[in-house]
Amino acid sequence: MDIALIGRIVPVFVQAAWTTVELSLLSLALGLAVAALVAMLRLSHVAALRFAGAAYVSVFRGTPALIQIFLLYFGGPQVGIQFEPFAAGAIALGLNIAAYMAESIRGGVLSVDRGQMEAARSLGFGEGQSMRWIVLPQAAKLMIRPLGVNAVALVKGTALVATISVVELTYTAQRFIGSTYKPFEIFAVTAVLYMIMVYGLTLLIDRLDRAYAGEA
Amino acid sequence: MQGLDFSIVPEYWPLIGKGLWWTVVISTASAVLSVLAGIGFALLVLYASPVVRYPVRLFMWLFMGTPLLLQLFLIYFGLVQIGIDIPAIWSGIIALSLHFAVYNADIFRAGIAALDKGQTEAARSLGFGAWRTRIYIVVPQAVRGTVPAVGNMMIALLKESSIVSMIGIAELVHSAQLVISETYRPFEFYLTAAALYYGLNLILEAVLRGIERKVELSR
Repeated sequence: MDIALIGRIVPVFVQAAWTTVELSLLSLALGLAVAALVAMLRLSHVAALRFAGAAYVSVFRGTPALIQIFLLYFGGPQVGIQFEPFAAGAIALGLNIAAYMAESIRGGVLSVDRGQMEAARSLGFGEGQSMRWIVLPQAAKLMIRPLGVNAVALVKGTALVATISVVELTYTAQRFIGSTYKPFEIFAVTAVLYMIMVYGLTLLIDRLDRAYAGEA
Repeated sequence: MQGLDFSIVPEYWPLIGKGLWWTVVISTASAVLSVLAGIGFALLVLYASPVVRYPVRLFMWLFMGTPLLLQLFLIYFGLVQIGIDIPAIWSGIIALSLHFAVYNADIFRAGIAALDKGQTEAARSLGFGAWRTRIYIVVPQAVRGTVPAVGNMMIALLKESSIVSMIGIAELVHSAQLVISETYRPFEFYLTAAALYYGLNLILEAVLRGIERKVELSR
């Protein structure tokens, strides 16, 4: 182990890890917003909307995230859509994880007993009101864990944007492995930073789940 | 903006088809290896002596906490620098196998733990040794219950096999990249590749449903 090398590279890698955090947060925000919309489509009374939601989930889950990133970044300009690598990466990752998160949200809503909706309706709540005030608060607790699993997968998935030259953690690791010829030192530093993010997030989700879903 | 033209896609089918074939080969090999290694890791974590168990757990923890792409780079670009030169195709298969073996091991471990203890006791009382009991009695029964979860991992594996294109293995994405470097039509060919993955995925899902039904019937 070349400790001096590790000391020298840590600042650069922490910087790169911060880019990974930014990417994760941005695509998480986009992913949750799109996922909420897609889940609404999936739960709609209108068959065409249900189909649209199902098609979104099927297409984004049925094809590799890597190709989705390439399609947006390399193929986008052909149809008039042009983004910087970072933005293209964040958008593609967000749209991809949205398909998985939509299923987590839908699963949560469907796990709430039908009687809750029926009881709310019979008490005079409208359909939207029942969903908003009765069903969703109960469903939200059940979504914490599955959405957390999606978020952890997203953090690891951000490595894919190294392929379109976004200078995040994996890209930086690859460049340093190539230039220092010290693969294990580089891997050790990179792995520690990823594991702080991944297991830190896992711990946070466990806490949230125990705090809110405990009584369910 | 140059507009889209899908009419040139069929012309490049031989190359794309070859890539598709290699995606199937690499995914299948990695799927089989990841299941076998996953069972092995699960048994070691549950039953091996601490000297073996803790390193295996550390390894699993390390591989679960880091991205596949990083692991691939370590195996392909890293090992060669310390004198271990593994051909790209094997680096790809090893990275995919180990990455998914770790997740499979977690699933198998839960499956084994959930199995009735009476099975072990019965086998032991019939004169089976400890490891013979685990391998011939416990594993075959425990694995059945894990088919849906492991199946999901295999669906993920098929898609993530696209990542090995990054070390120049001529699978589907890499073939598309070759064609794109010649035609300058990324949208058409990445979309074609995406459609082919989608098709493969449908086939895999049908196969997994078949296996699930068979396993259910024989239980």
